[in-house]
Amino acid sequence: MAGIIPAFMLPAPTDVIKAFIEDFELLMKNAGNTLVEAFVGLGFGILTGFIAAVLMDLSNFAYKALYPVLVVTQTIPTVAIAPLLVLWFGYEMLPKVILVVIVTFFPVAVSLLDGFKSADPDTMQLMKTMGAGRMQTFFYIKLPQAIHPFFASLKIAVSYAVVGAVISEWLGGFKGLGVYMTKVRKAYSFDKMFAVIFLISAISLILMKIVDLIHKKCTPWEEE
Amino acid sequence: MTKLEVRNVTVSYENKHVIEDISLNLKENEIVCILGVSGVGKTTLFNAISGLIKVDAGQVFLEGEEVTEKSGHISYMLQKDLLLPYRTIEDNVALPLLIKGEKKKEARKKVEKYFAEFGIAGTQKKYPKQLSGGMRQRAALLRTYMFSKEVALLDEPFSALDAFTKNEMHKWYLEVMEKINLSTLFITHDIDEAILLSDRIYLLSGKPGKIAKEIVIAEKKPRRKDFNLTKEFIEYKAKITKLLYGESEDDNQ
Repeated sequence: MAGIIPAFMLPAPTDVIKAFIEDFELLMKNAGNTLVEAFVGLGFGILTGFIAAVLMDLSNFAYKALYPVLVVTQTIPTVAIAPLLVLWFGYEMLPKVILVVIVTFFPVAVSLLDGFKSADPDTMQLMKTMGAGRMQTFFYIKLPQAIHPFFASLKIAVSYAVVGAVISEWLGGFKGLGVYMTKVRKAYSFDKMFAVIFLISAISLILMKIVDLIHKKCTPWEEE
Repeated sequence: MTKLEVRNVTVSYENKHVIEDISLNLKENEIVCILGVSGVGKTTLFNAISGLIKVDAGQVFLEGEEVTEKSGHISYMLQKDLLLPYRTIEDNVALPLLIKGEKKKEARKKVEKYFAEFGIAGTQKKYPKQLSGGMRQRAALLRTYMFSKEVALLDEPFSALDAFTKNEMHKWYLEVMEKINLSTLFITHDIDEAILLSDRIYLLSGKPGKIAKEIVIAEKKPRRKDFNLTKEFIEYKAKITKLLYGESEDDNQ
């Protein structure tokens, strides 16, 4: 490809590696910041997703009231609301965390709800014959049966969290990989641009792998 | 002493009677079988006895106390073992005690002593999928027993097992029942199984399902190992076959 596409448009892999090494310290510092936003947002996203799923499972009214709202929140483009969040909540961490919550709670809520609702009817009947109450059925049957769908959604949610944090940093902020990205783009340093893109992908992949490991650890009964 | 009494129970589904005017009883330490072809309403009858569904008419009494349409009183083992895959065998077995509000540690201690008696010693820390079908069924029966040591309803407890395991389970079941004195009402569509295990058999037939006949199996317990090869056994089988299908197997040949 050398010579066909100018280096500033598509830098050589060696240039990207060089840029990564040169800016390593700066990248790591920014990555730390982005990860904090992503994790705090993901934590709250899981919490709100869990609460929403429990409410929708327990009450049909809550299901009818909440579910359409949840779906609508996912139709709003993230890039469009990010500047509004910056306008309302400033340039610090809060708007980033809110954006991450918005993008992560949906997969968690929907998968947990599916998990709760797909509890085996025979097992539910067995619990009834044993005189189990609603809460007991929830803790002994519904919650453990939702563990696989939960981890599947968590895998999606971690990558959404990182990407969500980066996007929110694009549109206003002082630190983070998104801010770094904006700066290097404006400076036409596409080698650095590619370096940060690969870094974001690598972070997402590592986080997904960590989710897999936690999933395995939390489900010892699946081991052969 | 009568442990369980069902009086004139009728159940409908979409305005059609599924079972009609069923009366039966279960005395202390008895094994009583409900025998009938598939679709005759055996499981519906159990669902009605255990209070899982509404009845149109009739009453159910557990040790003299009315429990009609009240679930959570009678121990009921459904067709599948329904062991929770994510709980160890001891925690599966202890589930009825946990539901009753006992602490996990105490519940585990209480169930521990029965593992050897039920022939599943050493499986406490295992997960259900690490056990064979027969062992899982034993664990499920122990769980049923932990809910109530008096009366149990078993819905085709051995139907999902292969012939060899089933045979083993029959022997095991009779041995365990001698030790634990659990009064049991169980469903089967297997005539041999019904004769082999029961003290009495209620034949359920027709549409809607009604009790067609009550048969007492006079063979004393513990039963001879070769009871299923005896003349008496064959006579019982011929009689039941005739009552269920209107003609004996011999007539077909």
